[in-house]
Amino acid sequence: MNKDSTLYTIVAATVLCLVCSIVVSTAAVKLRPLQEANKIEDKKRNILQVVGLLQEGQTVEEAFKQVEARVVDIRSGEYAVDVDAASYDQRSAASDPALSIALDKSEDKAAIGAQAKLASVYLVRNDDGSLKYIILPVHGYGLWSTLYGFLALEGDGNTVVGLSFYDHAETPGLGGEVDNPRWKGQWPGKVAYSADGTASLELAKGGVDPNKPSAKHQVDGLAGATLTSVGVTNLLQFWLGDLGFRPYLQRIQAGQG
Amino acid sequence: MADAAKKVVLDPLVNNNPITLQVLGICSALAVTSNLGVALIMCLALTSVTAFSNLFISMIRNQIPNSIRIIAQMAVIASLVIVVDQILKAYAYEVSKQLSVFVGLIITNCIVMGRAEAFAMKEAPGASFLDGIGNGLGYSIILISVGVVRELFGAGSLLGYEILPLVNNGGWYQPMGLMLLPPSAFFIIGLLIWAQRTWKTSQVEPREYQIHSVHRAEVL
Repeated sequence: MNKDSTLYTIVAATVLCLVCSIVVSTAAVKLRPLQEANKIEDKKRNILQVVGLLQEGQTVEEAFKQVEARVVDIRSGEYAVDVDAASYDQRSAASDPALSIALDKSEDKAAIGAQAKLASVYLVRNDDGSLKYIILPVHGYGLWSTLYGFLALEGDGNTVVGLSFYDHAETPGLGGEVDNPRWKGQWPGKVAYSADGTASLELAKGGVDPNKPSAKHQVDGLAGATLTSVGVTNLLQFWLGDLGFRPYLQRIQAGQG
Repeated sequence: MADAAKKVVLDPLVNNNPITLQVLGICSALAVTSNLGVALIMCLALTSVTAFSNLFISMIRNQIPNSIRIIAQMAVIASLVIVVDQILKAYAYEVSKQLSVFVGLIITNCIVMGRAEAFAMKEAPGASFLDGIGNGLGYSIILISVGVVRELFGAGSLLGYEILPLVNNGGWYQPMGLMLLPPSAFFIIGLLIWAQRTWKTSQVEPREYQIHSVHRAEVL
């Protein structure tokens, strides 16, 4: 057959595409279970790491036994009892119109479009049953991608224990520095709400001035990543605000947790 | 034959280096070199993609219709990159998270495409495979040198191990923040090209124009 004829070209293209797509889909299907397991383990590891519960030589599964997963109604702040908290997937619920609340542009500070009606929370208790840590899933848009992470608060619902992101696609070396341990090390001890009750955590561009009273709410912005920094500030303030976990945290502070 | 194969592999290391001579693949050289560990994985990923895309394209080079050859090469390269990305996600999850979008961007790396079009479309599969390895290694040499300089002077460490104790951690070294930003890779690659052309003067291109020195008398 003539190699430059239209028919030959179409046949060759079809065969090539078919072969390529078989290779790609085989790889994707065969490796899917491993990838899913990695993702789940990574999420659990991040929950543990944000409060420093993962010890050397302990598997993630073992350490995760200390953590109690619950599901809360995001608007009322009450626990939802008819949902299996261990298998609830907030991320896929957020993209299901039946399970989520669409957000108006004016209130959608984290630029996520819609939020799940029910949110996962992870609790770690002291031996006497009182709350030690509250770990809240947070997400919001940075520069290139939605950042997914966990914000851990102490039992008082106001003091930060840590912040860590487990999934994002920000520029490595710049916005990707949200994963830098030294940057994350600035979070413990910061105060989530100011005296008048506004969610006040933020990343300060150019660094924190320790002499200002706002320093207790601030950590250093990421150098060379202004938009990622703004995105992180916005998502924290959104998820600690009235549309986020505030109703839930208020119930906890009122002793109804 | 052995000599020819050796030449195919060794030539791209210095004499015909894809970055410093052909000036291809600069984008990823800027992006992933702030940290040596990530640069190493990127080198490995790119070398295997270039080698195998060259191999497969060379195997089907006589079947590819001329009018769609570029898009056919793209299809092969893109499939390989997706497979590499999937493998990284399954077996090296941490690393794949660090590389994030850059694995996908190997598809657009000019080196892979350039070698497919310039070499694999004309040569036998074996030689093409070696050419892919050679060019991958040439890319790797530059990425590793840039990565060493950037991580050492930008973060005081190599592969995460502290070499120069930082002021922040109670040492004496004040890190150069610029080294962690992409522009520093431009400077380092520029200096490398300069050094290489001083060493191998045959690589210096003839001037495209000559600035004519005007004598005072001509103006008047």
